[in-house]
Amino acid sequence: MLTKNAAGVKARKRLCMTVNGRAVEIEIDIRESLLDVLRDRLQFTGVKQGCSVGECGACTVLIDGTPMNSCIYLAAWAHGKTITTIEGLAQDGLLTPVQEAFVDEGAIQCGFCTPGVVLSTTAMVDSGKSFTHDEVRRELSGHLCRCTGYQKIVDAAERALREAATAADESPV
Amino acid sequence: MRGYLPDFDVRVPASLGEALALLAQAPGTLTPLAGGTDLMVVYNAGRLKPTRFLDLSRIDELRGIREAAGAMTFGALSTFTDLRECAAVHRHFPNLVKSARATGALAIQNRGTLGGNIANASPAADTPPSLLAYGAEVELLSVRGSRRVAYDRFHLGYKVMDLAPDELVAAIHVPLPTGRGFHYFRKVGTRQAQAISKVCLAAWARVEGGVVADLRIGLGSVAPAPIRARHAEAVLLGQALATLPIEAAQAALLEDISPIGDIRATARYRSVVTRNVLGHMLRELATL
Ligand SMILES: Cc1cc2nc3c(=O)[nH]c(=O)nc-3n(C[C@H](O)[C@H](O)[C@H](O)COP(=O)(O)OP(=O)(O)OC[C@H]3O[C@@H](n4cnc5c(N)ncnc54)[C@H](O)[C@@H]3O)c2cc1C
Repeated sequence: MLTKNAAGVKARKRLCMTVNGRAVEIEIDIRESLLDVLRDRLQFTGVKQGCSVGECGACTVLIDGTPMNSCIYLAAWAHGKTITTIEGLAQDGLLTPVQEAFVDEGAIQCGFCTPGVVLSTTAMVDSGKSFTHDEVRRELSGHLCRCTGYQKIVDAAERALREAATAADESPV
Repeated sequence: MRGYLPDFDVRVPASLGEALALLAQAPGTLTPLAGGTDLMVVYNAGRLKPTRFLDLSRIDELRGIREAAGAMTFGALSTFTDLRECAAVHRHFPNLVKSARATGALAIQNRGTLGGNIANASPAADTPPSLLAYGAEVELLSVRGSRRVAYDRFHLGYKVMDLAPDELVAAIHVPLPTGRGFHYFRKVGTRQAQAISKVCLAAWARVEGGVVADLRIGLGSVAPAPIRARHAEAVLLGQALATLPIEAAQAALLEDISPIGDIRATARYRSVVTRNVLGHMLRELATL
């Protein structure tokens, strides 16, 4: 592997980040995208490579809780950050309410876009904000799905948001 | 797949001073890298010419939105999401919020910056028309000092800017509009999200005693760079809302624009639609 580039500059870097609750330390090539590192080096294959230009949303991960396209995000930028991939949601085989909502609404067909959409929906739920139908559609508009026609995805996101709001109302203050 | 560049290098200065010093060492050899939502796309496609980058992401001095002395200052690293989520931006500059919402989709808005949108110098960028409408100024910094350029004189041609190789876009200053204001923003693209503009028009007007006392119209995607519609503005200034010369303004607009045909739209489409959007804007203004 290349350790210095043609200009004699060190092209490798030690990257420390938290992925799905675990501290990760890995030597990376500064040219690698976060998608490359998560998927090919750390085997989080739930992070999908689609368009590679930030348009399809399949590679979406949460960086410090914020949805980002990992394909156009340099791995080096993740230093010191907390990353959540789809593998980080379910705990001990128990799906999160957002994942349950996608299953219940039948919002998954081939599944390629699903990790990204579920993560973006998770960020919406975690924000604690409420969203109108149009806002939900807009928030998810960076995810391309070639199967569902989107209706069931929007239904699932709205269900997840509704259920989270109800749970928040019922929880003791 | 990605065309890995053999001498790819990223410098990561921890402060603004360090960044400016690095830029000054060999002007033109380091390319600023902000959110990367333009640069990384070209990089992934293997078409990126520069190989050495100056990563701005650690420079906190370039962040933040502040209000002072009758103007709002946006650090160059302000993201579209920062604009969308700032209450004062909603209050004073609704067109900027609409521009930010119309840019890409959420994940792009979370990462892409205002400075990058300007310095990428795409004629189709979506915040420039709003910045032109609001009379923004760009603050440029180098080791030689700081200077301010009126944004409507910043773009000099296709991807040509009044920006020296050792300079960074540090901030964007926008004067707070006063008086009875009218704000209009319209982006025409193939879909609501993730579509590059075929035509984009933003306008701000101040109305006094039923007359157009002040007016700026910014246009995107209809010239080699974002432009003011100065001919159309001249026809409308001083006119009464009740008798706005809409057709004369539309005719004058044709002298402002020089659209081309490309994969997104034909030149004729752009010219007809820009006229129509201007007509829509003026009919709305007339009802103020
Ligand atoms: C899927 C997708 C959809 C998009 N949709 C839209 C859209 O609808 N509308 C739109 O306008 N844009 C769109 N974009 C383009 C892009 O997101 C914006 O132009 C964004 O503002 C770029 O900012 P950045 O920080 O990511 O720039 P970068 O990629 O980091 O840089 C862009 C350019 O600006 C220069 N630069 C950056 N910061 C500075 C600075 N402070 N001083 C000097 N030079 C600087 C860089 O050297 C580079 O040339 C889209 C991009 C993608 C990937």
